[in-house]
Amino acid sequence: MNSLYYQKRLSRNIGDKFFTSLSVICALIAILPLIFLVTYILIKGGSQITPELFTLEPNPPGDDLDAGGINPALIGTLIITTIASIIAIPVGVGGGIYLAEYSKGGAFSRFIRFGVNVLAGVPSIIAGVFIYALIVSTKILFGSMYSGLAGGMALSILMLPTVIKTTDEGLKLVPNELRYASLGVGASMYTTILKVTLPSAFRSIATGVVLGIARAAGETAPLIFTALFSYYYITGFGDLFYEMGSLAVLIYNFALEPYDAQNKLAWAASFILVLSILSVNIFSRILAAFTEKTKRV
Amino acid sequence: MEEKLTLFKNRKRFGIEKNIDIIFKNTALVLSSFVAIILLGIILVVFSQSFESFSRYGLKFLVTSEWNPVKDEYGAFTAIYGTLVTSFLSLLITIPLGVGTAIFITEDFVPKVFREIIGSFVELLAAIPSVVLGLWAIFVMEPFFRAFFVFLHNFFGWIPLFSTEPTGRNSLLAILILVVMLLPIVTSIARDSLNQVPKKLRNAAYGIGASRWKTIFSVILPAALSGIMAGVLLALGRAMGETMAVTMIIGNSNAFSWSLLSPGYTISSMLANQFGEADGSQVSSLFYAAFVLMILSLVVNIFAQWLVKKFSLKY
Repeated sequence: MNSLYYQKRLSRNIGDKFFTSLSVICALIAILPLIFLVTYILIKGGSQITPELFTLEPNPPGDDLDAGGINPALIGTLIITTIASIIAIPVGVGGGIYLAEYSKGGAFSRFIRFGVNVLAGVPSIIAGVFIYALIVSTKILFGSMYSGLAGGMALSILMLPTVIKTTDEGLKLVPNELRYASLGVGASMYTTILKVTLPSAFRSIATGVVLGIARAAGETAPLIFTALFSYYYITGFGDLFYEMGSLAVLIYNFALEPYDAQNKLAWAASFILVLSILSVNIFSRILAAFTEKTKRV
Repeated sequence: MEEKLTLFKNRKRFGIEKNIDIIFKNTALVLSSFVAIILLGIILVVFSQSFESFSRYGLKFLVTSEWNPVKDEYGAFTAIYGTLVTSFLSLLITIPLGVGTAIFITEDFVPKVFREIIGSFVELLAAIPSVVLGLWAIFVMEPFFRAFFVFLHNFFGWIPLFSTEPTGRNSLLAILILVVMLLPIVTSIARDSLNQVPKKLRNAAYGIGASRWKTIFSVILPAALSGIMAGVLLALGRAMGETMAVTMIIGNSNAFSWSLLSPGYTISSMLANQFGEADGSQVSSLFYAAFVLMILSLVVNIFAQWLVKKFSLKY
């Protein structure tokens, strides 16, 4: 009779209620542990932070009550990611420019785009194995085996697909009218790219590249047998050719130590790593959202 | 006279510019082909290094599980089995959770602001380094689940999967930490593909009287299926290659066991553990294992790309 009204007992309405609560439960199960995880890392790690942490060398594991600091690992992470960026950014941006500006969708560019996606899916430890075989075991870098340089190269392999992809996609979003206008007033192709298209895509490319760098900074697997680890201060340029510590490998090594002092150092290093990666992510997200709002002219 | 001079200068500049243009284009071309060179280089180098082991064991390497550097006998079955079991079982848990969460944040159960916050929070979690997750798994997850594992063993010990006494690190913990890593991937890709389903389809279904979940199950999910599948495959590839968190929590034992409560091995954790200290034919066997891992993840990734290409732009 009153089929126009919402009937609670109707099987479709009961089913709807059931599935709605099921999806709410899914979301809760998925999100609560994640919230717990982040707060735990930040609180547990944050409570270990002391000023000496940033200046001291880590002490070799043992019954030593004082674990020292993480200065070499912190500097090492900065150096290794810088090396990776120096290699991956020019190559990636150049490759992205070719794909977006020059290629005409032929077999070559399709193959490269496919290759970019495949390379992005290559397990990170394989990049380490590859650099080990190519550089570490052959001692091709002036006779040095494990080195910060080799570690940076391994990381650059992981960064490369991200950089190419963001450049390619960023450039494709630049309206063609800008290119026509520049070419129309007599500018050559490279002037157009360097002075018009690249600058107008700069923000989106920069965001993607920065996110790629942040991801690389936390990678461990490619470093454990390319850069290895070091307990000592990085003093000069020559140290690039020797074993180099990094925050990620420090966490891995010290988490597996049976000593409490080393474990605490691992938590402190995690705090620094997670905090910097998360803040870079949040900052670039806000920036991206902001540009999207202002760009619609 | 002066006019002619400037004209002359301009023409000269034009010539240089032309050359720069050509150089610029070719540099970009060379840089873009680096991707292909690296990819082929990886395949070639890993394969050539594994050649010694490959010619010695052939395909027997894949089905024997003795790994004994002292006797110089190698077989990677335990690691391959561990890789497949941990990645598939973790996906089995992740898919319903991830898709359920994605539906939750694409439907209008809660105000949009909350949904966006949840969505971007989940995406942020994908940025947490896996070594940190491993640290968390060792010190928080393992003690937390210990009692639960004992319960599993006591009540379901007759199932081979739970047949061993739980002692510290084991495969099941590796599966759980993989779930934490895969959830952000599956959720964000599923959310994107659900969002891409045109609103027309939803309205049409509502218009002929379908309820909300009838619409979701018979219209929205089928339309988004290819995208979700591709995301699942990407997650599978990630799970297979995931190294640090798994290495830290799986227990790293090459003794084969059906039980998830006993320590296990995956190919990547074997590489992470042994590569540094290996020598002789062990190195070659590790390269062989790395080659197997690479083929597995290449197949999964290429299949995912094929799926996206084949089924995208349907709506």
